Amino acid sequence: MKPARFDYIRAETLAEAHAALAAHGGEARVLAGGQTLLPMLSMRLARPGVLVDIMRLHEIARYGIERDVIRVGAGVRQAQLQKMFELDKVQPLLAKALPWVGHAQTRARGTVCGSIAHADPSAELPLVLVALGGEVELSSARHRRKVAGEEFFTGPLSTARADDELVEAVTFPSRRPGYGYAFREFARRHGDFAIVACAAVARTDGARLAIGGVGDRPVAREFAQADRTSLTEALDAFSWELDARDDAHASAAYRRALVRQIGHAVIMEAEQCRV
Amino acid sequence: MPRLSADRQHSVRFELNGREVEAQAEPRMLLSDFLRHVLAMTGTHVGCEHGVCGACTVEIDGMAARACLTLAVQVEGARVRTVEALAPGPGRLSILQEAFRRHHGLQCGFCTPGILMSLDIFLRAHPAPSEIDIREYLSGHLCRCTGYAPIVAAALDAAEKLREADIIG
Repeated sequence: MKPARFDYIRAETLAEAHAALAAHGGEARVLAGGQTLLPMLSMRLARPGVLVDIMRLHEIARYGIERDVIRVGAGVRQAQLQKMFELDKVQPLLAKALPWVGHAQTRARGTVCGSIAHADPSAELPLVLVALGGEVELSSARHRRKVAGEEFFTGPLSTARADDELVEAVTFPSRRPGYGYAFREFARRHGDFAIVACAAVARTDGARLAIGGVGDRPVAREFAQADRTSLTEALDAFSWELDARDDAHASAAYRRALVRQIGHAVIMEAEQCRV
Repeated sequence: MPRLSADRQHSVRFELNGREVEAQAEPRMLLSDFLRHVLAMTGTHVGCEHGVCGACTVEIDGMAARACLTLAVQVEGARVRTVEALAPGPGRLSILQEAFRRHHGLQCGFCTPGILMSLDIFLRAHPAPSEIDIREYLSGHLCRCTGYAPIVAAALDAAEKLREADIIG
């Protein structure tokens, strides 16, 4: 359980980080909080030749409200965002989901962008990004671009990021008037990976439900405003469309059952939270 | 920009338990191994080595963190506290450590250094926690001896004693 050898580059500016990624590409991995990368290195699931540490870059260690979004830079740790002033008013879904990300002892180091770049199918922050319709800002020595959360995640631990690109920031839309937000997940133990995680955004004309932990990436679906019976039917259909599989933690049937139950509960809860 | 090559030892300087230290590490060395094998600070225990068990929890820049999920080279310039910093002097225990002894909050003691560090930091920020707060916070630690109940009791008792000490102090 020790990492294989790698060179360690401590980037001091964004340009240096871009240059290091441009020079080493697929051989390099970005090191931010390290809370998912370090276990992968220790278990030798990842054997990069170079690590590019980006945590000394002041220009990306910030978060703030910009127009109608919260923009979170790559150096912002999960615990920092959790402590943002009035986060529960700025974006209630983030305030509700962050306590479920790992444990306090990993949120202290782990970054928001790192969790999104890692793209674990059961992780909470990718789910929140997809539920809210947020964006990922990628930058490299070549260019900068924005990718919608839903297009960013391409599979388990796979994203639209090119080898020389850095996830420089992510943007979460702020709370909108008349909207309600809810989050719930089911895991064997608090802080474990979710067997199923659900995030809902309720509007006057319907709701958006995003599901994590079932398919190979977080998936969102719009539900028109409906009575309980038709919502139950729509959720049942949705649960069958998700690519649920059996694994050591739960069966596909159990996951679909959780989607129906918890999905229904979060939509109802989000509806009640509308302000 | 500094580039530390894979097969060499590099100097790492940081503050450990209030003292400036400097020692050599390869880039791949984990902070847990750096503390134990290079700096001979064996109070920090190593359990799972992939961030699950919490035995290696230390304080980095004021926050509880897993030493096994941190590279030694990452703490360059940081402030690190380990379980060795808790006791106020030789033969004496901190209020939290005393509470663990009183409530039998440990049996084999393997997980204890990490739990003590986590709770020491937590109680500083949350002087009046509920049992639920403590249980949720302790979910970041595994203990296979105690069943957690005596640990929770010790934490609640320590919180009360720390509040009293704070009022008197």
